[in-house]
Amino acid sequence: MNSKTLPYLLLAPATVFLAVFFVWPFLQIAYLAFTTEGGFTLQHFETMAGNWKFWPTFWNTIILAAIVVPLQLVMALTMAQVVAKLNTARNTILYIFTIPLGLSDLAAGIIWLAIFEQSGFLNSMLVGLGVVERPILFLGYQNLWVIFVAVILAELWRATAIVMVILVSGMGLIPKEYYEAAEVFGAGPWQRFVKVTLPMLRPSIQTALILRTIAAFEVFAVVVALGGTTLPVLVGETFNWQFALQDRSVAAAYALVILAISIAATLVFLRLLRTPKGATV
Amino acid sequence: MAEIQIKGVGKSFGSFTALHSIDLTIADQEFMVLLGASGCGKTTLLRIIAGLESPTRGEVWIGGKRVDQLPPRDRGIAMVFQNYAVFPHLTVYENIAFGLRMKKLPQPEVDTRVRRTAELMHIEQLLKRYSGQLSGGQRQRVAVARALAMEPDVILMDEPLSNLDALLRLEMRAELKGVLANSKTTTIYVTHDQVEAMSLADRISVMNGGRIVQAASPVEVYRNPAARFVGSFIGNPPMNFLPAEKHGDGRYHVAGLSLAGPPGAAQKLEFAIRPEDLAIAPGGLKAIARVIEPLGAHTLVTSEVGGALFRAVLDSDIRIAPGDELSLVPKPDRIRWFDPETSSALKAVP
Repeated sequence: MNSKTLPYLLLAPATVFLAVFFVWPFLQIAYLAFTTEGGFTLQHFETMAGNWKFWPTFWNTIILAAIVVPLQLVMALTMAQVVAKLNTARNTILYIFTIPLGLSDLAAGIIWLAIFEQSGFLNSMLVGLGVVERPILFLGYQNLWVIFVAVILAELWRATAIVMVILVSGMGLIPKEYYEAAEVFGAGPWQRFVKVTLPMLRPSIQTALILRTIAAFEVFAVVVALGGTTLPVLVGETFNWQFALQDRSVAAAYALVILAISIAATLVFLRLLRTPKGATV
Repeated sequence: MAEIQIKGVGKSFGSFTALHSIDLTIADQEFMVLLGASGCGKTTLLRIIAGLESPTRGEVWIGGKRVDQLPPRDRGIAMVFQNYAVFPHLTVYENIAFGLRMKKLPQPEVDTRVRRTAELMHIEQLLKRYSGQLSGGQRQRVAVARALAMEPDVILMDEPLSNLDALLRLEMRAELKGVLANSKTTTIYVTHDQVEAMSLADRISVMNGGRIVQAASPVEVYRNPAARFVGSFIGNPPMNFLPAEKHGDGRYHVAGLSLAGPPGAAQKLEFAIRPEDLAIAPGGLKAIARVIEPLGAHTLVTSEVGGALFRAVLDSDIRIAPGDELSLVPKPDRIRWFDPETSSALKAVP
């Protein structure tokens, strides 16, 4: 076997798989979104943007991501910092933290529904404690912000651990000598975090942010479980146009919008958190 | 003024004792080298002085102030690390400025100091680079410049040259000596390299098994080792040792040769001589040459005396072959005697 062709041969099955199941569907979606019987058109995008639900849907998705992702980053950094300092039981705690990662997002949504719904844990507790006389309807359309908060809580609970896992592994790669040097040259704990940990963790933070932001733009099952259609989001609307309204072309246009904002966010993170040439270990 | 006093410092990791009670005083502006094999506790002692490790017992004083409970930044020290620890995300300039910025010095002062130390270490043309764009030697220079910029009372160096190649190490060694002599700081320098220790130190503390075996000037350590360990550790090739047995008043038999020993000493002693303090002449120790290694300036002869390994550094004009019988005469004033029980040195014979 020629050693030059071997790597390509080994990569071929995965490449073919990705081409067949990702590139081809993507081309199909693009074709659906931009064509009609008469050829090229922007008509489906006009239909999408012209619908009264589009802009609320768009902003709901963006705002959710803009709240959830930074909160997750801060929480994950804090948790990772604590976990990285542990000497004993470190892995056990890491495993416990990562349990929610094993749940599907629909299951996660249902768990939080069980807390917030009219006959849920929160109401039983409040009634039991005598705080309220009868159960409150938290997740009604009148209380959009409560649904928002519930979705944010569920997302934080469900997906912060993945950010933490990435950051913990990144922290493990920072040599101890850098912290000692910083300490000797006068940096206190907070300065060491800001001057050593954060900058040296930059590649991990970049990866975590890109992964989490893309996932946040795709939020769906948690929102459906907690808010039904009261809180529309982009993937929800894509689903809606595809199956309820039976317009595959508008659904395809929605899918391309999600793709576009995902790419845009990725580019922003790549640019903002880039490492200057030569500034690697 | 920064005299360093180490008083009864000990360090245990669980049941393992890394340092037994260490007592050491390092004078202001002295260059002290801690020398020993790996695991002897030299780095632990340095890290205790730095404040990166806390002693299990004992006290550390720097410049008349007790510091063992203070964080590193309040000790008036700077440090050069074995792997340099030059921050990869900062430019050379910002690396050197790091400690000054932590002290919140005004920018003009920072700039002056950074440029001055960079010039001193010949890296002024690298100030805008990142450490990933530097060679090992250049990183080493940045690490030293960063320490010097602090204008510390004490500079601590943990095997700073061990990651450089041989030629560069030689060059940096000479340069470090010059720079540090001018900086008027007290320096503690950890190394396992005895040549480095000899060439740099005002005084060497030879460490073994968590204890300081001898703390003296390089020549003293070389000529008058306080213990057998020092003689066998320092010097390349190391000291030769042979058993000696008393016969009569102050005279000892060494491999069949009768030599004047220290008066009033024990029945059994150990005779020691440096390989270069031997000469070929009649009436000496009977040696069978085994390996002859011409080294240019001189020839190293590994031989056997009374069944024991015995090395001699002889003039390179000498013509000998393996198997030849030699008579090696030790220089009388260079003979040293050790007590085989305690392995410590007996007073040199006058």
